[in-house]
Amino acid sequence: MAQQNNGVAANVTHTQPLWLLAEVTYRCPLHCAFCYNPTDYDKHTQNELSTEQWIQALRDARKLGALQLGISGGEPLLRDDIEDIVVEAKKLGYYSNLITSGVGLTEKRIQAFKEGGLDHIQLSMHDITEEINNFITNTRTFELKKKVAAMIKNHGYPMVLNVVIHRYNIGHIKEILEMAEALGADYVELANTQYYGWSLVNRSQLMPSKEQIDHAEKITNEFRAKVGNKMKIFFVVPDYFAERPKKCMNGWGEVFMIVTANGDVLPCHSARVLPNMQFPNVRDKGLEWAWKDSPAFNKYRGDSWMKAPCRTCPEKDNDLAGCRCQAFLLTGDAESADPVCSLSPNHHIIEKAIEDAKNPQLQAQPIVFRTDKNSKKIIAGELQERVADFHALP
Amino acid sequence: MQNTIQHTDIYAIALHHRFQWEEAQQCYVILFPEGMVKLNGGAGEVLKLVDGQRSVGEVVASLQATFPDVPDIEKDILAMFDLALGKAWLRKLN
Repeated sequence: MAQQNNGVAANVTHTQPLWLLAEVTYRCPLHCAFCYNPTDYDKHTQNELSTEQWIQALRDARKLGALQLGISGGEPLLRDDIEDIVVEAKKLGYYSNLITSGVGLTEKRIQAFKEGGLDHIQLSMHDITEEINNFITNTRTFELKKKVAAMIKNHGYPMVLNVVIHRYNIGHIKEILEMAEALGADYVELANTQYYGWSLVNRSQLMPSKEQIDHAEKITNEFRAKVGNKMKIFFVVPDYFAERPKKCMNGWGEVFMIVTANGDVLPCHSARVLPNMQFPNVRDKGLEWAWKDSPAFNKYRGDSWMKAPCRTCPEKDNDLAGCRCQAFLLTGDAESADPVCSLSPNHHIIEKAIEDAKNPQLQAQPIVFRTDKNSKKIIAGELQERVADFHALP
Repeated sequence: MQNTIQHTDIYAIALHHRFQWEEAQQCYVILFPEGMVKLNGGAGEVLKLVDGQRSVGEVVASLQATFPDVPDIEKDILAMFDLALGKAWLRKLN
């Protein structure tokens, strides 16, 4: 267990960043309404790390104990140096995973990835219907995804499909699983939307009702019993509908590290939303300092930063007070209990969201798609009413 | 035991899985899509010998020779094969 010092003094941590996520670019040809990327990502599209900087980051993280490497984005294939990154990952002994929409994956590139030693490819799929695929991603990518799935299979890769679930496709869970089976998927992750970044802005459009979630889970369990070990199916329960919060990232700075396109080093996908935090950057003091010594990574290690009711809660080790980003986004206080918890004094915020999801037509606002134009607007202070809807004032 | 394991069976690490020594963790690990498992000492010693060549009987004999003081080691080894098969970490070659 890491010692705790509220990020003031240098710390001694015995944790290791087993999982390294390299968000190599925020550029993306898709415009998914549920993207967890920061809504102000457009700030970080001009100052991406170079190939050499990525290779150095991979080496440094490996020394710290990193094993599983995710190469993600945005769409990582928009960079032309993924082949070089893959070769280095293999040399260093990572188990590497390309997380892609499939756009930009050609025979030539997949061949190079295979030869370079990439271990697997995770492809995002959206629905069984072309209409919903194209609507939610705001692109015409339906046919392409099916072609890419076949290409992945033909090259002897395990087929790992990730399907983000929201109100528009939750009614098609059975058909989605049948499609996955027909494509020969080995792993299927049904990732219920969690509400950060663009998905939080679009929550009133995306969030299903409790009944829909329960039904989807039931269908998933039946399908799992039918296919057995042949296709592993993960159904990630959305935490809004749970009694207790998730142990976010398995603990802040415990096993997970993200390096973002511009080199910022984060303990979770959306940590940059937190106020008054200075996240380390690989261009400054390197990854070892970032992981072990940076005030940001030490800030929420351990439990002495917790407030009531978490501080004295007998269950605090189970969930470490939940998600700091969710606490901040919904209550304005990053150190308060995650409002998902039924013991949180702010739990009514979640109850209201669940209640609103029963009457979506009354709540729904137009979708703000993840586009450079919308990101620029948000940076410029437009669309504030959409963002402010979810930020309770401190 | 969930699986019937014969001394003549030959196993290899399953497709899309990788077994390797980790210097930083000082243990063997098994890596696969979306996951990893750190193996304890005994489990690592067994899987190290699962190479697609040796039979289960040969793995048992080899470990009995390496650890002569461990009582009833065969039972532990077969339990490890059973666990690894249940987790789909291994594939049977014969």
